[in-house]
Amino acid sequence: MALQPLNDVMITGDQNNRSLDDAIASLILNQRRHQKGWWMLFLFGVLGTCLMGVSIMWLLYQGIGIWGNNVPTAWAFDIVNFVWWIGIGHAGTLISAILLLLRQQWRNSINRFAEAMTIFAVMCAGLFPLLHTGRPWVALFWLFPYPNIMALWPQFRSPLMWDVFAVSTYFTVSLLFWIIGLIPDFAVLRDKATKPITRVIFGIVSLGWRGSNQHWHRYEQAYLLLAGLSTPLVLSVHTIVSYDFASSIVPGWNVTVFPPYFVAGAVFAGFAMVLTFALPVRSFYKLKDLITDRHVDWMAKITLATGLIVAYGYMLEIFFAWYSANPYEWDMANNRRYHGPYAWAYVMLIVCNIVAPQFFWIPWCRRNVITVFIICQLVSLGMWLERFVIIPMSLTANYLPSANRMYYPTFWDFGMFLGTIGFFCTLMALFIRFLPVINIFEMKDLLYKIKTAHPTPAIEPGHEPVGSEA
Amino acid sequence: MSGHAASDPVGPYGLVAEFESPQELLEAAEKAKLAGYKKMDAYSPFPIHGLSDAIGFRDAKVPFMVFLGGLTGVACGFTLIWYTATIDYPLNVGGKPFNSLPSYIPISFECTVLFSALTAVFGMLALNKLPKPYHAIFNTPGFERCSQDRFFLAIEAEDPVYDSQVTRDFLAALHPVAVNEVEK
Repeated sequence: MALQPLNDVMITGDQNNRSLDDAIASLILNQRRHQKGWWMLFLFGVLGTCLMGVSIMWLLYQGIGIWGNNVPTAWAFDIVNFVWWIGIGHAGTLISAILLLLRQQWRNSINRFAEAMTIFAVMCAGLFPLLHTGRPWVALFWLFPYPNIMALWPQFRSPLMWDVFAVSTYFTVSLLFWIIGLIPDFAVLRDKATKPITRVIFGIVSLGWRGSNQHWHRYEQAYLLLAGLSTPLVLSVHTIVSYDFASSIVPGWNVTVFPPYFVAGAVFAGFAMVLTFALPVRSFYKLKDLITDRHVDWMAKITLATGLIVAYGYMLEIFFAWYSANPYEWDMANNRRYHGPYAWAYVMLIVCNIVAPQFFWIPWCRRNVITVFIICQLVSLGMWLERFVIIPMSLTANYLPSANRMYYPTFWDFGMFLGTIGFFCTLMALFIRFLPVINIFEMKDLLYKIKTAHPTPAIEPGHEPVGSEA
Repeated sequence: MSGHAASDPVGPYGLVAEFESPQELLEAAEKAKLAGYKKMDAYSPFPIHGLSDAIGFRDAKVPFMVFLGGLTGVACGFTLIWYTATIDYPLNVGGKPFNSLPSYIPISFECTVLFSALTAVFGMLALNKLPKPYHAIFNTPGFERCSQDRFFLAIEAEDPVYDSQVTRDFLAALHPVAVNEVEK
């Protein structure tokens, strides 16, 4: 049986402002809505966070020798994980800022979620370079420009310094964007709360928001400007991260295609992560009327599009290695792909990042949550492998064969990585339980726009695919 | 016909009408502006386009402040790098000139974004005089629905043409759900 096309209805069911409030705010006000699924996520997260804590303490006690990196492979899991996490965060900013500027109103039901993911992912990312310094508390003077008694300043010509500024600015701006989006929703929670303690807490954090038109007027100006500022910011952050590799002379770290290809890869991995969390949440908490199958379909299409850009990047990498006529580059290209010890990682990466997303060409695969979920997991794995292939693999075999040295990760490399995944899950679990997962006021705005655009209700009950007019 | 003095600590804050839909609020605000009211404000659960025009509110301070914030950011970022890299701590790296402008761009750009974003958020909060835990409008009966599904129009007692009876009749003619006089 042929599938019917999905219509573009962004909110399904018979909704009004009150039902939107109830669907979203009750996640916080009625704690009984959190069942076993939440506790499983939280427990997994807390166990992971413990592993992260132990890994960090052992690292600080023993030094970074507990990790597998050693010259010439000075950068390995720590930087792989840093780039992976930062990339995941980028989908949040893309959804909240770039789709806002492009007037893609379907973003309203996923932006809060994706922004939270951005902030938590950047928190995980930031840990790795900090801990890679070995003793972060003495690294301060070469990371941040402050007049110190040694009369030293950071080296501003280095891409590593650019990274420090890019990532810290990105974290600050994402946090601001998220918090100002939350203020009007805190006011909703304050007004709907029945318990005095909840009312007091949300009363404080809502800053006395009263929905005045003059406030909304300036609020919208500030929100739009933040979106305009975040758009070049998010592109600059991953561009600068890619400069760490693009601007060096190490074979394999000397490719001008890295900035656009890293940015596309970041969005690719980020959308996979948004879907990884959005799919279970919308089914556990019955939010399928707000995050509809159409949203999942759109996100799957963006994943496919960015996946194709990434595939183009892989082709260009090989082309540049050949076209440069540089024997070291060409040898590295072969070493990575065919006869190197980690060639299997490259094959897996191609399967996960290029082959798997092609299933999204088939409408059935974009609508079946199971296939979407599986493909997203493969994409997350593939993007991690991509950074693994680029970072340690380029360093193990360099200009001098006598300096070649194989890289093997240790238990603590994996411990730290799995630990941050746990930490991320803990933060997501707390976010789902204590903050509104969908932007309430933007959903009301969207509902109002839908209703004024179609005075006769064009909103179909249920969320099965229904025939479109087009 | 004169309203209460701004300094009057007792008198009422104003009259507040409650509406069921954004369209009704827009029409009411439009009519109140035509009736000559100036000191008024509308309250809604989400931003409504055209409402600022309807109540006659214009303001472009936030974008202007953000622009100045951005200029400050780029100036601070650039000056910091230029001063440390060429004057206070010149260091020869790979034979590059001390004043190597292209490599100053990323950090100057990040500082521009950082300063403008901070200005946008804190400037917006400052102009809106937030945080403000107490405001007279919260005394309106049923105002907790303002963040949920009701729309309010407040005409303040400070308005020169405010008169408690005339204004009440005017608001009542707009078919609101309720009209209340609100204490400060």
